[in-house]
Amino acid sequence: MNVIETRELRKEFSVRVRRGLLRRERRTVAAVDGVDLTVQRGELLGYLGPNGAGKSTTLKMLTGVLHPSGGRVTVCGLTPVPQRIQLARRIGVVFGQRSQLWWDLPLRDSFELLRHIYRVPGGEHAARLRRCRDLLDLDEFLDTPVRQLSLGQRMRGELTAALLHGPQILFLDEPTIGLDVVSKQAVRGFLAELGERGDTTIVLTTHDLADIERLCRRIVVIDHGRVVHDGGIDALHARYGSQRRVVVDFDVAPAAPPVLPGVHLESATGPRLVFTLDGSASVGTLVSALTALGGLRDLSVAEPEIEEVIARLYRH
Amino acid sequence: MAEPSAATAAAPAGADRTVPVTTADVADAPASTAAIYRALLRAQVRAQASYRASFALDLASNVIFLGADLLTVLVLFHQVPALAGFTLAESLLVFGLAALGFALADLAVGNIERMKQHVRTGLLDAVLIRPLGVLSQLLVLDLGVRRVGRVITSTAVLAVAAYQAGVRPTPANLLLLVVTPLAGAVFFGSVFVATATVAFWWVESGELSAALTYGGRDFTSYPMTVYGGWFRHLMAFGLGFGLVAYYPALILLGRPDPIGAPAWLGWCGPLLALAAAALAALVWRTGVRHYRSTGS
Amino acid sequence: MGFITATADRLPIRNFTESAGLIRTLGASGFRRFSTYRQATVAATATNTMFGFLRTYVMLAVAGSAAALGGQAAGYDAPRLVTYVWAGQGLIGVVLLWGWTDLADRIRSGDVVTDLLRPVHPVLGYLLPDLGRAAYALLTRFTVPIAVGALAFDMYVPRRAATYPLFALSVLLALLVCFAGRFLANAAAYWLLDSRGVLMTWAVCSGVLGGLYFPIRFLPDWAAAVLYFGTPFPSLLQVPLDVLVERDPPLSQLGLLGLQAGWAVLLLWGCVAVQRRAERRLVVQGG
Repeated sequence: MNVIETRELRKEFSVRVRRGLLRRERRTVAAVDGVDLTVQRGELLGYLGPNGAGKSTTLKMLTGVLHPSGGRVTVCGLTPVPQRIQLARRIGVVFGQRSQLWWDLPLRDSFELLRHIYRVPGGEHAARLRRCRDLLDLDEFLDTPVRQLSLGQRMRGELTAALLHGPQILFLDEPTIGLDVVSKQAVRGFLAELGERGDTTIVLTTHDLADIERLCRRIVVIDHGRVVHDGGIDALHARYGSQRRVVVDFDVAPAAPPVLPGVHLESATGPRLVFTLDGSASVGTLVSALTALGGLRDLSVAEPEIEEVIARLYRH
Repeated sequence: MAEPSAATAAAPAGADRTVPVTTADVADAPASTAAIYRALLRAQVRAQASYRASFALDLASNVIFLGADLLTVLVLFHQVPALAGFTLAESLLVFGLAALGFALADLAVGNIERMKQHVRTGLLDAVLIRPLGVLSQLLVLDLGVRRVGRVITSTAVLAVAAYQAGVRPTPANLLLLVVTPLAGAVFFGSVFVATATVAFWWVESGELSAALTYGGRDFTSYPMTVYGGWFRHLMAFGLGFGLVAYYPALILLGRPDPIGAPAWLGWCGPLLALAAAALAALVWRTGVRHYRSTGS
Repeated sequence: MGFITATADRLPIRNFTESAGLIRTLGASGFRRFSTYRQATVAATATNTMFGFLRTYVMLAVAGSAAALGGQAAGYDAPRLVTYVWAGQGLIGVVLLWGWTDLADRIRSGDVVTDLLRPVHPVLGYLLPDLGRAAYALLTRFTVPIAVGALAFDMYVPRRAATYPLFALSVLLALLVCFAGRFLANAAAYWLLDSRGVLMTWAVCSGVLGGLYFPIRFLPDWAAAVLYFGTPFPSLLQVPLDVLVERDPPLSQLGLLGLQAGWAVLLLWGCVAVQRRAERRLVVQGG
């Protein structure tokens, strides 16, 4: 079933533009310009785009913080803004740059307060907290005031805080921003585990491509308020012409390299040949053709870098 | 929807049904809502007490600021025996009624004047994703417990002034002495909320709301006869500040109004307070709606 | 810790042209920075104007009562008090009594060490932009309340031509005293974890003892004398306002300016001394 559905979702802001010394003009800018999005239960969706593309605005409309200017949106079968309080119980939100926690109190107290706020039965709360404590190693700083936590520790606290009421959907806005490598891995590992269990839908925005490669099976790319890609990483590669590369070393440089459809010889320097393959070409066919030549010493296949793909995407 | 999984079972479907669908900010089941706010309030007190030195200092500085206002009245009366027809004790009665009403409002909702920071820092967004009312959360999150010193001091000033001014302890007078600061608190609280709402439209509004909150307090701290012209009419009757302290004080003093208003006006404070609260609620709702349609 | 040594070789300013250029640049930066806070200026000016009305009526009531008894309130007649109030409301923003926490914020965030890297003495590095800011405030936050007050009430206009330059000089001295006071209150953050108390004390004292709430001359003579000679606060508003409304004869006006100048020198020297100790502390603790 679909936990998120948007149709022609729009958000316009009016901005004032200075024209000359005194004249100011009001102009309407669409931050989100007709987004159709369907997310099914249990999906782990990466929501990508350059700065100012409309990622956070979309997330705010999905969570009931902002009212859409146009289009329809349902989350967990509810309309976010008018049914904000009901929705709030069913979703968890982590804004990477903002805290849900009580700055001056120990982490443990924040969790206890959230239990009250979300009216979670004691047993369920304890069970979820135990699981998060184990998976995120919270125990060593559970009694430390939040203001004294490192960013990585705080983020682990934020994740726990967002999950204690057992949300159906977890929204994460830049959850790994500014974290050290170890904390990033802890957060990613935790989210991957959560995603694999399949009962929590996860929507995350990020700039960190490692997050996407590690976590997301589906990627939605938004630019200038519009969805420019919706699909898996493979589809992204195919669509944006990212090319795999095969590097072969022979004992002696072959006289006639094989010619196959979709395969291009990029370079031939001595005994080393480098081929690039279009999305449709098969590595297997190339490899068997190369083996047939004889004298093959070494062969490696380089998958295209996701960063390259995304960079190319943003340049459009 | 598929059967609720272990993870989703926590969303209390039963509780949801009691929530009105149309108005998101109305609180639900009253008993347990009160418990939630009690827990939030306790946490707030604990958090503030963790800064022991700052807490003591804030407590002291609040009393000092009130002392500065009081000192001003005393210094003025050091120059002249009466101010616009009122003696020191009579003036202090007006001052005490206004100060206590303001101190109570400041204690309960005064921190709403930090709305601008809340909008700027995104705290408002964090508040909007929780299943509770927006205004009530902001108030509890930031309650000025330290302002309690001001309440105690103003109460003392009011008691001394009432004694010095020779207010007769009739039941009606005693009732008025209790009701007036409470109505004043509601009124000032409404002014705080209504003016803080400006931040939804105008984040850079700076100290503008102080013109009506602190300005209103200063206005009500002196007998209305001090002021003149359109300014008095606008503030006393147009905005209603005249009913906060001056007219109740006239009843307590048993004096007719030199400006010529009827005596029963002194009993109208609570009505005004209710009207102001209703208006403030309306302004607040409009502000939140505006925020949601523009965002940060 | 290499960067700390940079303070020792702070570039000497070689000649007049160079220092004039520096002063111009830094001053202009303060002016420009504050001219971009246009909305905040509008809001603050509106608030100052509102309080101008409130304080004027109270002062007029005092003058009225005094006149009914056939006298004046501490030597001020009604028009003088009106000018006193409105010019005072205008000067709040020029000398900037409260609301300046730049230095304390930079100390808390640690950004303050970059001040030591600049080829300007840190005290001067904060003072010059503050002068630029004051120039902008003079054009906006000072003029509007004066204009409103003049339209709504009967104001006293100085009779002696010499009063105008004396007032201008007095405002400049008040600004120097106020800057130094703010700087010192902010610098408490070098030693205190939470310096809000010091800043708050400064805010209360500068308002009440500076002559904003009531003219200090309303106090008994001994109390006023203690404040004038024992504290810098009357130098912030009371002195320039007294000069403006010609409360005293010309010779006394000069005396008051001398007092202000004394406080300005003393407090600025205090700033330099405090800055030196703070730098030593930064060196020891490594920022």
